[in-house]
Amino acid sequence: MNSFKVLMNGIIKENPTFVLLLGMCPTLGTTSSALNGMSMGLATTFVLICSNVVISLIKNLIPDTVRIPAFIVVIASFVTALQMIMQAFAPDIYASLGLFIPLIVVNCIILGRAEAFASKHGVVPSFFDGLGMGLGFTLALTILGAIRELLGTGKLFGMTLWAEDYGMLMFVLAPGAFLVLGYLIAIVNKIRKV
Amino acid sequence: MAKKLIVSLSPHVHGGDSVQRNMYGVCVALIPTLLASLIFFGLGAAIVLATSVLSCVFFEWAISRFLLHKEQLTITDGSAVLTGLLLGFNLPSNLPVWIIIIGALVAIGVGKMTFGGLGCNPFNPALVGRVFLLISFPVQMTTWPLPGQLTSYLDAQTGATPLAVMKEAVKTGDTSVLEKLPNAFDMLLGQMGGSLGEVSALAILIGLVYMLMRKIITWHIPVSILLTVLVFSGLLHLYNPAYADPVNTLLSGGLLLGACFMATDYVTSPMTPRGQIIYGIGIGAITVIIRTFGAYPEGMSFAILIMNAFTPLINTYNKPKRYGRVAK
Amino acid sequence: MKKLKSNLVNMTVVLTVISVIAGGVLAYVNQVTQGPIAAINEQKLQDGIKQVILGTTDGELNVEQPDTLDGGYVLYKTDKGTAVMAIENGFAGPISVLVGFDEQGAVKGYTILATSETPGLGVKADTWFQKDGKGSIIGRNPGEKELVVSKDGGDVDAITASTITSRAFLKAVNNAYQVYKNNGQWTDTNSGASQKAH
Repeated sequence: MNSFKVLMNGIIKENPTFVLLLGMCPTLGTTSSALNGMSMGLATTFVLICSNVVISLIKNLIPDTVRIPAFIVVIASFVTALQMIMQAFAPDIYASLGLFIPLIVVNCIILGRAEAFASKHGVVPSFFDGLGMGLGFTLALTILGAIRELLGTGKLFGMTLWAEDYGMLMFVLAPGAFLVLGYLIAIVNKIRKV
Repeated sequence: MAKKLIVSLSPHVHGGDSVQRNMYGVCVALIPTLLASLIFFGLGAAIVLATSVLSCVFFEWAISRFLLHKEQLTITDGSAVLTGLLLGFNLPSNLPVWIIIIGALVAIGVGKMTFGGLGCNPFNPALVGRVFLLISFPVQMTTWPLPGQLTSYLDAQTGATPLAVMKEAVKTGDTSVLEKLPNAFDMLLGQMGGSLGEVSALAILIGLVYMLMRKIITWHIPVSILLTVLVFSGLLHLYNPAYADPVNTLLSGGLLLGACFMATDYVTSPMTPRGQIIYGIGIGAITVIIRTFGAYPEGMSFAILIMNAFTPLINTYNKPKRYGRVAK
Repeated sequence: MKKLKSNLVNMTVVLTVISVIAGGVLAYVNQVTQGPIAAINEQKLQDGIKQVILGTTDGELNVEQPDTLDGGYVLYKTDKGTAVMAIENGFAGPISVLVGFDEQGAVKGYTILATSETPGLGVKADTWFQKDGKGSIIGRNPGEKELVVSKDGGDVDAITASTITSRAFLKAVNNAYQVYKNNGQWTDTNSGASQKAH
């Protein structure tokens, strides 16, 4: 299987957020700014690559009946490790993502890719699938976060583009996430059809 | 070729009812409210209403022309004018023009055209615009000028509205602050702070009577909302006098405007009388609950939007009987 | 290699082995990160205490062993004043405030340790009540006059459109003062009598 094709599949053709509509909880919850969205995306990418690689390595050792609990244990270990590492070495990002880091465990993208891809393919394609899906997720979260941050506070990655008084608070709050996500999906659908 | 024989399917008799006729009928019913807002808020009211109506019509035109590529333009059916008027009536008279334009864009663009234009929108567009502004610009949207400053716009003096006073009484449990409320007669006329169209109860009631006489709307929705609010807030007031009394509750805030003009929107309210009464009771109850126990002093717009979301469900369970079917 | 069969022995062994390996890895990561995490949290708290008592994070301050009291209050005594941490429910969740008092009970400074208030509104509490803020409470003594927002008859200006956050914040400060008064090194300037901490 062509590694490049697998990589692009995750970023564009089967983008987890805009096309597969997976992992909506962190998508809506953590994208109040571009930086938060990107950090969440990268954290998920890290877990996704690690779990995909490990699961494709041990896939033949796991009996079918217990594969889901086995996958979950592997994923949860990586997430917990990531949480501790972030808390120790990136406390600012940890403070703003806080609650959502442990929730990466139940992000359906990760279990979904483990089940649908890593448990059926070799190590190299699984690595690229994890990387592609992760980057696709990161891209989507960064765009969503950037739009919300810009419209909500007039800033982009923390740089002020216009005064905060002109920001529409709605976009920083949860309803704004739904609104922006809906329009982004509509635009992506339109582009995909052409 | 002036006279053609037109062959069409039934029905052949037309009552003359049309979208235009009803939309402009509602606009006519809003004239007393319009006059009242001009009398109380003068220049500010004129600027806010003109901006709101013009930008709603503009966005309706621009979106259907350039984004949806519709051949038939819908700006003449009066629905955009009505949305603009209702949006303007829900805003304070010292709101800057740019905020009003954003509100109009959200009302028409997000609330209406996203779903496919008139008839397809699940939520009342004017309220979508208003709630968006309320959440996005809470500071500007919750400071209301006092009435009677006819020549001021952005620099108008602001003051507490009756709803804010009532909320304070509930929060502090101190009934003495309720004495700051204007008397019922002033509230009926509109001599109090508030959004443009909501201050004068009398003007709204005149509009309601006109709409009922012209059969633009039926009585079910406004009456069921007002009765529910009266009974529910009356019971709460008996239980604890710190909760505002039912007459003040009815006359203050956007309750009457919402009950008569916003909740009765054809597209977003149930179709059968029974459904409309359920819908009205829901709006009344949610409004009183938000006003009494919620964080916001006013709950009318949220209540209408929430019940808008229930309208399809209510319609499903309240279908009119099919003609010719024997009742079981 | 062929896929393992789903019989009882295989399933048990595989799940046990995976869990043990995962546990081992996590134990190792925990051991590595434990030190830095504790250091960061301690540093944050120390900076907070310095901020509320000295007004800056630079400078020397001797902080004694903290006392944890009923209701979640924590008392940090130092050689230049006392800091109290109080938690109160705000608009969107608990607000945890660290307030520094001088020996007469006047507010020297405060900082918000954790908050989930509305961005753009309630979060402004971080700066609103500071020395240059519109509702400054620095130098005020909650013992002489309780801190209450002007809407409720007090004389502190509430954050615009965030009265609920402001009420919760001031309540936290007032409670912190009570805790300090009942438990701290307390000199009652009004009566001249001196009370020792219980």
